[in-house]
Amino acid sequence: MSNLITVTVDGIAYGMLLFLFAVGLSVTLGLMRFINLAHGAFAMGGAYLAVVLVNSGGLPFLLALPLVFIATGAVGAVMERSVIRHLYDRGALQQVLFSIGLAFALSAIATIVFGPQQQGVQIPSWLLGRISIFGLQISGYRVFLVVSGAVTAAALAYLFDYTLFGARIRAAVDNRVAAEGIGIKVDRLFVTTFAIGSALAGVGGALSIEMLGLDPTFAFKYLTMLLMIVAIGGAGSIEGSLLAALFLGVVDALFKYFLPEAGSFVIFGVLVAVLVVRPNGLRGRTA
Amino acid sequence: MTAALSTKDLSVRFGAFRAVDGVNLNVRPGARHALIGPNGAGKTTLVHALTGSLSPTEGSIAIFGEDITRLSEKDRVRRGLARTFQINQLFRGLSVLDNVVLAIMERDRKTLAFWRSAAADKRAHDEAREHLAFVNLTPHADRAVRDLPYGSQRLLEIAIALATKPRILILDEPAAGVPSSESQAIFERIHALPQDLTLLFIEHDMSLVFRFSDRISVLVAGQVMVEGTPAEISSDDRVKEIYLGRRTGHAA
Amino acid sequence: MSTSSATQGGFYSRIGIQGVTLVLFAGSIASYFLFPEHLALLTQLFVLMVFALSYDLLQGHGGIVSLGHAAFFGLGAYAAAILARTGYNDPLLGLVFAAIVSALVALVLTPIIVRGNDFTRLLVTLGVASLVYEAANRMRWLTGGADGLPDFEIAPLLGLYRFDFEGRTAFIYSFAVFALTYMFLWRVVTSPFGLALRGIRENARRMPAIGSPVRRHLAVAYTLSGGVAGIAGAVLAQTSRFASLDMLGFDRSAEIMMVATLGGSGHMVGVSVGAAAFGWLKDVLSTVSPKYWQLGLGIVLMLSVFVARGGIGSLLDRLRFRRSA
Ligand SMILES: Nc1ncnc2c1ncn2[C@@H]1O[C@H](COP(=O)(O)OP(=O)(O)OP(=O)(O)O)[C@@H](O)[C@H]1O
Ligand SMILES: [Mg+2]
Repeated sequence: MSNLITVTVDGIAYGMLLFLFAVGLSVTLGLMRFINLAHGAFAMGGAYLAVVLVNSGGLPFLLALPLVFIATGAVGAVMERSVIRHLYDRGALQQVLFSIGLAFALSAIATIVFGPQQQGVQIPSWLLGRISIFGLQISGYRVFLVVSGAVTAAALAYLFDYTLFGARIRAAVDNRVAAEGIGIKVDRLFVTTFAIGSALAGVGGALSIEMLGLDPTFAFKYLTMLLMIVAIGGAGSIEGSLLAALFLGVVDALFKYFLPEAGSFVIFGVLVAVLVVRPNGLRGRTA
Repeated sequence: MTAALSTKDLSVRFGAFRAVDGVNLNVRPGARHALIGPNGAGKTTLVHALTGSLSPTEGSIAIFGEDITRLSEKDRVRRGLARTFQINQLFRGLSVLDNVVLAIMERDRKTLAFWRSAAADKRAHDEAREHLAFVNLTPHADRAVRDLPYGSQRLLEIAIALATKPRILILDEPAAGVPSSESQAIFERIHALPQDLTLLFIEHDMSLVFRFSDRISVLVAGQVMVEGTPAEISSDDRVKEIYLGRRTGHAA
Repeated sequence: MSTSSATQGGFYSRIGIQGVTLVLFAGSIASYFLFPEHLALLTQLFVLMVFALSYDLLQGHGGIVSLGHAAFFGLGAYAAAILARTGYNDPLLGLVFAAIVSALVALVLTPIIVRGNDFTRLLVTLGVASLVYEAANRMRWLTGGADGLPDFEIAPLLGLYRFDFEGRTAFIYSFAVFALTYMFLWRVVTSPFGLALRGIRENARRMPAIGSPVRRHLAVAYTLSGGVAGIAGAVLAQTSRFASLDMLGFDRSAEIMMVATLGGSGHMVGVSVGAAAFGWLKDVLSTVSPKYWQLGLGIVLMLSVFVARGGIGSLLDRLRFRRSA
């Protein structure tokens, strides 16, 4: 019984990590209709940056996180302005090819600069200790992940669902011409949204080093998982991504623990089943 | 006599908005039936519902007495109900001829064959050329559609629909977007269609409507406000007020 | 003379295609004499060409994107390997068996693949391919799991020609499969069905309005494409005497998408030449330096979206037109 609870809690922490990781993709995909298969590579970039800042720069991990956020966000903004905005009205195929190419290039650069070996990052020891909650021993880092995920989810849901910014971006996606007609600066909205998506990817990557490790294959290793979360949650839905990530995290943890023979089979089975029943995801908005 | 095309209390709702609201339409065989109404009246939505590209919220549709409400768009075409689109829906990367050949081959159920040569099918090609000749597109047969002038693309819309050998043809603003000199030519071609082909067409230019139709339905806010002969419609005060009054300056 | 299937700058005019196709076939045969030391690589190039052509039927002609086409390739490879290990090791029998298995799986999957838009389709194909991958990974008793299926014998081709150490038989076998598949697919794309497939690519919305059974067309396209991909996989398994998980993997699915696009979607000669060039470059460069190969590939892919649209195929067309002009 206590095993079940521990594994479930592990799954929730893993799910929160996946959420942090995937939500940026959900935002760019759902709101800007851009299929970014380089999202995992952006996360990898953020993770390497954190490694450099902490291990070589001597910065504390928690201080490195905001820097990673700003840096990956800035890089995302530059990319959006220079290249990606030319891809919005191209087909899915062109977007996929471009972003796979970008992911290849970034992963290759990571190999060239850092080598193929695993990287680790120094986490403050007080975060790694165990905390006792209701008599359960839980690693502090997991609690930290759960809290970060919950805060991010709340902030994003607020930003996109309740602010003028969110309303504008939805208007711009529904009808760009009309939105521009009433004075909405669509260009600026898109660059901001893309920057937020990239920044979230970067931080998600940095946070995941401790649990998932980091090497140049990271760019593609979790891509399927990310896309699944977005697909099941419904592109553009913050709550959907959160629920999907938690669900997948828990299911994955439970099966890995109690039925390891099934492996990832269950997860992909769930994905295909959901897409058969609900092609737009559980919370997707039909376009 | 059974109507070629009829609807009973046909409604299409988008959320709470009734784009088509309880329409009862009767188009007699061989009619030149015009559907007019201000922008946003629901004409195109009605056409979508008639041809099955969207399903009505309520009501039923019949052609020649047969209820087709539940048939797919494809099956309605196979029963002889074809349409053209207000905004061109052409196969832009294919040649003009292939656009029509494709429609013929789909009609004759030949497209399941992947082991035969399409080019060797002389019958289909000859027939396609006849359709192109009818709309005066013979000189353009081998050009890619995307290189075709806009007015010719509107004519190709009609040729493709004709290639399905329809009994009823619905034309959604066949002359939309072409200068009035050319829209004459397009309507001359429509006028030359066989008399037994039933036509339902949407058009904003009243002079064309009065010249080429023998029956007119006026759609306003999703409802048929009045239906009658051109003479009746042109003397109807409500039509003048709601529809003609707004557009006289425009059509002149 | 212009024919009905004239599209893409008249490339499909029959006379032209036969000329270029003959050059392609002649070049393939000449490679046997030019590079006798590299017959194994050439065999792999033919496999890649067949696989690319199978994908091009879907994406280039039908406009249907897929991120999981390697599933059919890998299924064919495993089907051929498993059949050979049970003792039925005639290569042609294995080829037919692999084609049937892959085609059937493709047919069964069509109802869930043909619905939805491009994005859901990318996800579903990716998901299904991952599912097949995991299944193969788990069913160790059948597939050997992560170790793959090594060590099986393949009987002589037609009962006459042994698969020799230098790879001569393998070359001839794979070239013959390539040439026959090419001609088969050429017939498919120039058939009435092929015309309908291009109709779907050009305007899927108009198709039902001319009475077209779109889903049925897509089912046929998927089944044919899956079957041909299975043939490609079977040839690789038979000539390398090995089937492994990477034949099913995401990398291979992504790779074939690039190869077909860089070669020139919907352009069979371009796709074939592109596949051969890609396979050769990969072999040369990735042994020199895998990381710089990956970097270069990434950059080329990004650039390809903006320059050289239409790929190698449209370059070939331009050459041809300049000469005939
Ligand atoms: N898919 C849809 N969802 C919601 N509203 C729609 C949809 N399609 C059409 N409408 C609305 O339904 C109304 C009728 O549109 P429709 O296109 O049928 O008008 P119309 O009479 O053809 O106009 P026009 O003369 O401009 O072509 C319009 O207000 C339009 O905005
Ligand atoms: Mg309209």
